[in-house]
This record gives sequence, structure tokens and C-alpha cells, in this order.
Amino acid sequence: MQISKEKKLAMLRSLLLSRKFEEALTELCTIEGKVPGMMILCTGQEAVGAGVCAALQPEDAIITNHRSHSHLLAKGADPKAMMAEIFGKRTGCNNGKSGTLHLAVPEVNAPCTTTVVGAGVPIAVGRAFAQQYRQEKCVTVCFIGDGAVDEGSFHEAVNLASLWNLPVIFVCENNLYAGAQRYEEHTKVRNIADRAAAYAIPGVLADGNDVLAVYTAALEARGRAINGAGPTLIECKTYRWRGHGERDHQLYQPKEEIKAWQAKCPVAKLRGDMLAEGLISADELREMECRIDDIVHDAIRFAEESPYPESFEALEDVFA
Amino acid sequence: MQQLGMGQAVNQALREEMTLDSTIFLAGEGIGVGIHDSPMLPTYGLLQEFGARRVKDTPVSEAAIAGLAVGAAEAGLRPVIEIMFNTFFTIASDMIVNHAAKLRYLSGGRSSFPLVVRMKTGAGFSGGCQHSHNLEAWVAHCPGLKVVMPATPADAKGLLKSAIRDPNPVIFIEDMMLYYAPGPVPEEEHLIPIGHADVKRSGKDLTVVTWSKMLGVALKAAEQLAREGIEVEIVDLRTLVPLDKESVLSSVRKTGRLVVLHEATRTGGFAGEVAAVVMEEAFTSLKAPLRRVTGPDIPVPFSPPLERFYLPNEEMLIKAVKEIL
Repeated sequence: MQISKEKKLAMLRSLLLSRKFEEALTELCTIEGKVPGMMILCTGQEAVGAGVCAALQPEDAIITNHRSHSHLLAKGADPKAMMAEIFGKRTGCNNGKSGTLHLAVPEVNAPCTTTVVGAGVPIAVGRAFAQQYRQEKCVTVCFIGDGAVDEGSFHEAVNLASLWNLPVIFVCENNLYAGAQRYEEHTKVRNIADRAAAYAIPGVLADGNDVLAVYTAALEARGRAINGAGPTLIECKTYRWRGHGERDHQLYQPKEEIKAWQAKCPVAKLRGDMLAEGLISADELREMECRIDDIVHDAIRFAEESPYPESFEALEDVFA
Repeated sequence: MQQLGMGQAVNQALREEMTLDSTIFLAGEGIGVGIHDSPMLPTYGLLQEFGARRVKDTPVSEAAIAGLAVGAAEAGLRPVIEIMFNTFFTIASDMIVNHAAKLRYLSGGRSSFPLVVRMKTGAGFSGGCQHSHNLEAWVAHCPGLKVVMPATPADAKGLLKSAIRDPNPVIFIEDMMLYYAPGPVPEEEHLIPIGHADVKRSGKDLTVVTWSKMLGVALKAAEQLAREGIEVEIVDLRTLVPLDKESVLSSVRKTGRLVVLHEATRTGGFAGEVAAVVMEEAFTSLKAPLRRVTGPDIPVPFSPPLERFYLPNEEMLIKAVKEIL
């Protein structure tokens, strides 16, 4: 499939933004008391969010999970509002109610980040049902990890989506670990994509470190969905460079394994390919990276300078 | 005025609201083509009237049904889903407790979830404890959910219409035994605001706070007590969340005595909440310790005499009333 230079540039920007945003968070997490709560990063997996979201239109929705940063940034969420939310500030995208774990950005049709593993699947199916009900030509993507396919909610919701031909794409980011449990230790099915057969929907395997492969698979799945052909399950095989969270010492992840996957870095791959193909010059790349560095620095400064919410604000937003 | 069972009143409310608002759809197990086909049941005839696009028979998948409602509501539809029995709420509960109830808060008020979860409940038909188990206190304990539990067909109609129009998730619990107890229901547009209790009988000597099917027990007991010269006031909460504290408190301030009556089991039951509100805000009005009349702390038993033992009745209420008079 021919992918335009502009599309590739957009994906490169998206990959770099997510990587730099999270590298900054890794750094911030080493400063005691800087960022409250847990920090769950998708470093190394950015090609999935960048590739899938590049295949979407603004009116398409995404439902994501605790490892959400690249999905949300790729969907167009404001890095400043995200960073401020991660800091727990009033200017955050959810006024300090959600933090990094539950970021909700309905203005870019990313209304739900759920940390309950597998719980996004029924919600995405509901979102897709609304799109079908109103005969809209758009889709909902549900990002899940490999642990989620072991949840009952996954089974119930994928079955329903298949039965009703709903315009939904299930994107399973198989990063080889569910918590500390390696893939082989929690499921015997070799490929998660194979599970699609149980629901009579297409199951597609994609190299989750190749943003163009992910983009291509998502674009095809979107085409099927908006043409009434129902859902697709895409398994993107990738790897989690960091621990489950930043306080995880990764004792169960072999160092050589991490190194081997770092050698397959999705950012370096697209950057290298585009340089080699002459789609971007070294100078243009430097300029792009500088601009993204500025975006991340501005986001951090904005978050740092923003006020915390007043304690009484905790009482707001329970009911409409 | 028309006489309808509560199921028929619910049916009328659904029909009226669906006619007014095309964003409303229904989903649940056997709500269209069901194993029980009776005009007394809430969704009878709606599939024929509104079609399969708006009346969705689902697989036996409570989590998916509830998730369907959450996602569709966020996108601007108004789902009214049915969880066949209150007991099956357990398998839909993550979607309702962690998502329907919390996602608005987590969005900082940017999203809303206008959905209704209808659940059938109530002991009295030898369904056993995996079909009969009143869990209203569970849902009332979750911030972000409104909880409605009507006792009369007219209230069911008026409250369900309000629940459907409410911009928040509303848990609407119907006692199945009331499906077969006809009562007057206004034929015209009939809306009862959520969060307002109703004094179903006035009296000066003692306040009984109750809801759902136990209203019938309270009314019968009050008749008997009246013959002995004891005038009981009955406050039907109708809505547990938001709780109409003022109606409870003003009645207790008048009578000085309180019995809370519910069908659910005792420990952690909602009577404890009502009692605590009264102790905190009307303690000096109390002339005697309050009493709770509830189901015992056991699963609802199957065998008819055992099930009768489980259900609070008039004698138990009368005894409690006399203890504190």
C-alpha cells in the first residue's frame, strides 16, 4: 500500500511526541514528590497508538486503558492538559480528577481510559453501537493489552459486536507481559489474533513495532467497519521496555530480551527508513525533534506552574 | 383512572418516552422475544411497536449489556437496559460501579451518562437466593448512581419517565411481586421528580420509613394499628439516592418515633443509613430508640414456609411499633 509522505511525517511526529513525553515522565518520576501516584508508560509500544490513530478520522472514537499516553497523544489530545492532569493540577484535562490512569479527553473522542483490565471492550462496543444506531460513517477503536483477553468482559463484548456487526476495532497490544506474567504463562493460544475465529470476525496479526504495518491493518479494519462488515481484532506484537509501572524493578524481564526489543525501536525504525528514503532530511528531522522537545517542555512548565484544585472541588462533577 | 400492575406502568412509561425521544433504546435478555410472554411484564409488545433497531434482545451477557449502555450513553444515546434480576447485577457491576458511576467524575464533568438500569427483584415466588436478593444498599453506596425503588404502579410510571430524562445513571429496581398488584395510574403525562419521598399515610404517633414492596406491609399494619388507636405515618422513600432527608426528618420531628422497614437483609441494609440520618439530625426529637424491621441475615430461602419466614410481615412491624410506643 502506498502511504503518502505527509502521512508518514505525521506518524513520525506522533511517535516522537509520545516517546519524548514519556521520557520526560520517566525523568520526573525520579524526583521525589513530583508526580503523584502510579506511572504506567508505553515506551517502546508507540507504533500501535500512532499507527492506529493515523488511520482514524476525528469523529472516530477510541477507548483506551492504563497504558494510554501514545493513544491519546496520537488522537490529538493536548499535551499541556494531559501533563497538568498527570501532575494533579486544576488545569488538567479532567481538573485533577483522573490523573495519568484515567485520562478522559472527550473533545477528541477519547472519552474513557479505564484501568479495569478488559473493561474498555464493552464500553467501546456501546460507543460503536451508538455510531451504528445513528448511521454515522465512523468507528470506535478499543485498545487493550494481552491480559485483557483473559477477562470475561472481552468475550461478552466481542461476541456482541460480532453478532450486531458493530463498527469497532479491537486492537490488542501484546507487549508480552500482563503484570509480571509472561504471555505463555497466562494463555495457551499462540496468537491472540487466533481468538477472532471464535467470534467469526477477522483476526489480523501486525508487527506492533512497525507503525506502517499497524496503520495499514487499522485502515483496512476501518474500511470493513464503516462498510458494515463488522469488527476486526488486530493483534500488534510489541514489547514493554519499562516495567508495569515505574516502581516495577522488572526482575522478571530478562535484560537481553529488553535489549533485543530496544534494537527494534519503532521510532528509530520509521526515522531511519524515512531518512534512507529521502522523505526527511537530517536538518528537517532535527527541527521536528526540537519542536517536539518544546511542546513537551511547555507542557511540563504549564503543569508545574498550574495551581492544584481547591479541596472543595473534590465535591464537583459527581452528577450532571 | 386506569388500573395497571407495575409492569404495565413501566411498559407505558417506556412506550411514552420512546415515542418522544428517538435516542432511547432498550437492551436486555429476553426483552423482545422472551420466555415469559405476558402483558403484565414491562417490555411486552415493545419489540413489535418499536422494532429490533430500538428493542435489542441481547445474548446472556450482563457485562456487555451494561457496557453497551455506558458507551452508548457517552455518545449521546439514552439507553434503558434491563438486568433480568437484581442478583445478576453482580456480573454487570464493574460496568455500573466503576464506569457508569465514575466516568463523569473522571472526565472532570466533561462527559455525562444518561442511562437507566432496570432490575427486577423481590422474594415471594420461591425463586431461591440466586434470583431473589435485594441489593439496593450496594448501589446506594456508590457515588454517582441514583437509586429509585417505587412501591406503586403510578410512582413507577412517573419515576421511570424522570429516570429516562435524567442526565445521570439511574438504577431503577422493580419488585416483581408488584407486577401483579394493580393500582391507579394516570393516563396523561405523569412525571415524579427523583429524590422526593411521599407520605403514603399520615399519622401522629410513629413514623414508618419504607420503600418498594414493603409499603404494602406497612399500609396493612397501619390499618390494624389504627383500629387500636395508634396512628402511624408512612413515608415511602421512593428514591434512596438522592435521599429525601427532609421528608424523613420532618415526619420524625412530628411523631418522635421511627421504625425503618425493608425487605433486604439487615446488616449493612439501607435502614442503617436512614437511622443514622435521624440520629444525627433529629436525635432530640426522638422519644424512644428507633427500630429496624428487615429480612434476617440469611440468603432468601426456597421452600415456601422458609421464604415466608424471610419476608418481613405486618406482625413483625406491629410488634416493633408497640415496642417503642
